[in-house]
Amino acid sequence: METLHLDLPAIQDASLNPRAALYGVVSSGNLEVLVERGHDATRCVFEVQTAAHGFVEVWKAVLTDFAARHPVGGLSFAIHDAGATPAVVSLRLDQAFQSLRGA
Amino acid sequence: MRGLAQSYREALARLRVQALLDPGSFSEWVGPTQRVTSPHLAALEAPVSFDDGVIVGQGLLHAHPVIMIAQEGQFNGGAVGEVHGAKIRGALLRAVRDKPGAVLLCIDSGGVRLHEANAGLIAISEIMRALFAVQEAGIPVIALIGGACGAFGGMGIVARLCDVIIISEEGRIGLSGPEVIETVKGVEEFDSRDRALVWRITGGKIRRTLGEATLLVDDDIAAFRAAAGEMVGARSLFLKKRGLNPTTSSLQTLQAAQQQLGARAELDAEIRDGQVLWSRMGLGDQVSLMSPEQFNRRLEALES
Repeated sequence: METLHLDLPAIQDASLNPRAALYGVVSSGNLEVLVERGHDATRCVFEVQTAAHGFVEVWKAVLTDFAARHPVGGLSFAIHDAGATPAVVSLRLDQAFQSLRGA
Repeated sequence: MRGLAQSYREALARLRVQALLDPGSFSEWVGPTQRVTSPHLAALEAPVSFDDGVIVGQGLLHAHPVIMIAQEGQFNGGAVGEVHGAKIRGALLRAVRDKPGAVLLCIDSGGVRLHEANAGLIAISEIMRALFAVQEAGIPVIALIGGACGAFGGMGIVARLCDVIIISEEGRIGLSGPEVIETVKGVEEFDSRDRALVWRITGGKIRRTLGEATLLVDDDIAAFRAAAGEMVGARSLFLKKRGLNPTTSSLQTLQAAQQQLGARAELDAEIRDGQVLWSRMGLGDQVSLMSPEQFNRRLEALES
């Protein structure tokens, strides 16, 4: 297993409803994303545990892109990955974020 | 007219839980935010899951309180490890205390999680013991089987301990899975790649025919919900009609089951799979094409 901790600057959307939500499942080529309320409204925190070694730079690129696309300030994302491709990672993160919108 | 069916087989366990129970009624115990994950998988450097592949909690089914247990078949094949098993056992024991209308057990599992060896085996036996305690308390345990993993190994045994089994044609029940049998006994004994053969031996229709499953339903979460709804509550007509009222079970039920098994042993040795059995029963050779409704009707006509 390889672990990665990433703390990125992000803007906050105060209209979001930051309840905990779990998206995806840990199976081959897939991952689960647990989104929770973080401690700092100006930061977004990622904790990644991945079965695929040697992809830290790719993870950083995907997570930085995600944090730039959405107002994720004040949120934390914990990820258990079993070898998902970058596209699948982005999709699950988007799903987890979308779940915070609405009721 | 209702909308498109939501496949039970394709859905993840979390979606099944939401769609089976009354909207918004489910509350989870030991949920993902508590991060109770498998220490065994971590020691092996294998990926863990925030819920260890099982969701437990309470909710309402047609306004009846129920305890819900749902295995996630996509995480390590729904296999039972120490934490996973402890969550199931804990939910069952909670049922003994809280006396809900029923326990819904959504099985989607290949059995014991081999990474966890003895801890997984012990977990299965603890689940069985807890399940007996629930039945002893007069609470029906309803198994729902329709996931891609079916109910195999230890969870196949657990399934058969339940008061009721609701299964889809796609669902399967067995002890050793097809691949295991083929590996041990050779491809001549069981060709695990022959999908039709696998389903004629382990699938929902043959399990229902043999009286092992109680009811066959469409691969549709709403159909599972409707069937389970009929069985919830101590005054369930469905359970009474079939002599399945768990409060009057024990010896009588066991004797009936023993008699049924005795009759199974008397079956012709040439009956090797569902096809032969169905044609001997006069159901013809089109059983695989029958809808669950047609199949249930034909079978009930034969049984009455």
